[in-house]
Amino acid sequence: MANVGTETSLYDQLGGSAAVDAAVDIFYRKVLADGRISRFFDDVDMDAQIAKQKAFLTMAFGGPNQYTGTDMRSAHKPLVAKGLNGGHFDAVVEQLGQTLSELGVKPALIAKVAAVAATTRQDVLNA
Amino acid sequence: MATIDYGGTQYVLQDGESVLDGLLRQGAEVPHSCRKGSCHACVLQAMAGDIPAEAQDGLKETLRAQGYFKACCCRPAGDLAIALADPDDRVAASLTRIEWVSPTVIRVRLTPSPPIEYHPGQFVTLVREDGLARSYSIASLPEESALELHVRCLPKGRMSQWLAREARPGTWVQLGRASGDCFYLPGDPEQPLLLAGTGTGLAPLYGIARDALAQGHTGPVWLFHGAGDRHGLYLEDALAALSERHENFFYVPSVRRGPAPPGIEIGELGDGIRSAFPSLRGWKAYVCGNPEIVSTLRKQLFMAGVASRAIHFDSFLPAAA
Repeated sequence: MANVGTETSLYDQLGGSAAVDAAVDIFYRKVLADGRISRFFDDVDMDAQIAKQKAFLTMAFGGPNQYTGTDMRSAHKPLVAKGLNGGHFDAVVEQLGQTLSELGVKPALIAKVAAVAATTRQDVLNA
Repeated sequence: MATIDYGGTQYVLQDGESVLDGLLRQGAEVPHSCRKGSCHACVLQAMAGDIPAEAQDGLKETLRAQGYFKACCCRPAGDLAIALADPDDRVAASLTRIEWVSPTVIRVRLTPSPPIEYHPGQFVTLVREDGLARSYSIASLPEESALELHVRCLPKGRMSQWLAREARPGTWVQLGRASGDCFYLPGDPEQPLLLAGTGTGLAPLYGIARDALAQGHTGPVWLFHGAGDRHGLYLEDALAALSERHENFFYVPSVRRGPAPPGIEIGELGDGIRSAFPSLRGWKAYVCGNPEIVSTLRKQLFMAGVASRAIHFDSFLPAAA
């Protein structure tokens, strides 16, 4: 859920859903072009993949999302069976950082996004 | 287990079975084609009961409100009473001309009465008198008197063989509403357009290209048509003539297997596009034809810089037997 409080949320600081829209193509292109991780993203259904990337970006930006730890675990279980490990997770976060950097997001905010993404590590890796 | 009342007869669905599968399994007659929710041939109307949201995906608001749903995508939680969609949704059409344009493709022209509204590149479902239904993309422009479809003739294709061998000018069929979102939208006349497809994927692309030019598109319009061998190419003369008339229209035919005369490239369609345009940033793309090639091309065009939202496509799903 979005942050509650007087402080502007990370999601709003990044630009909300417009920022997600701006980032999704760049991010998806980067992970598809990254030989370390592309096989985990090379779904035949591009629309479904883009929808998944949007959900992920919304979550990492601290925006409203419906993820629970259990969802994360079951969604990534088939990928873990295919060999998904911590190195892959780090590569995705790296590409996320590059995406934001390309969009002109300041390093301090990128670090916050990476920190939000990191909270899902255990669930994603089914550790 | 849901019970379906269809025209007064009760049909019980098995667990997880779609309304279409359940009705067909028990011998009911329902027009249908792709069975994947794309063609809208199996649209029925619910008179009572709850329709799952996914069964109404892609239908117009006005149709949803009247309880129309796609039988192939409908796995209801409870009982339903349903009926054939209002036949007013269909119009009669008379076949006016059927001609071979390649060893495997026929060009079918027909005149709907009254005329139907459509965008070139959308598709319509053609329904034979006995209910056999297939969807085809529209290659003509609304201002032309006849609707033009390109039909690939498969050895066991019931509709294609009938159209090619038995149907005659003057034969009547029915047409559903035009649907699909793969068509030209004015508003950015200078944007470069890339149209790519295989086989009869040329039909919508031919419609979209001519529609764009007719609406005054000034940016370059590139049409890449790929085929297995040169017998799979067709309308080459018409497309060459179109590029003579419009200096911003370019036609690039290619075949996977040679030989091919000069002017026809040999190789994969995607490779030809890649070598012509390493970067497609800022382009709009239309991709039509075989589902695997469409999926491959979409990804390739996306990686070359086309925004995901700027890629329109139509995968030609084979009709289920």
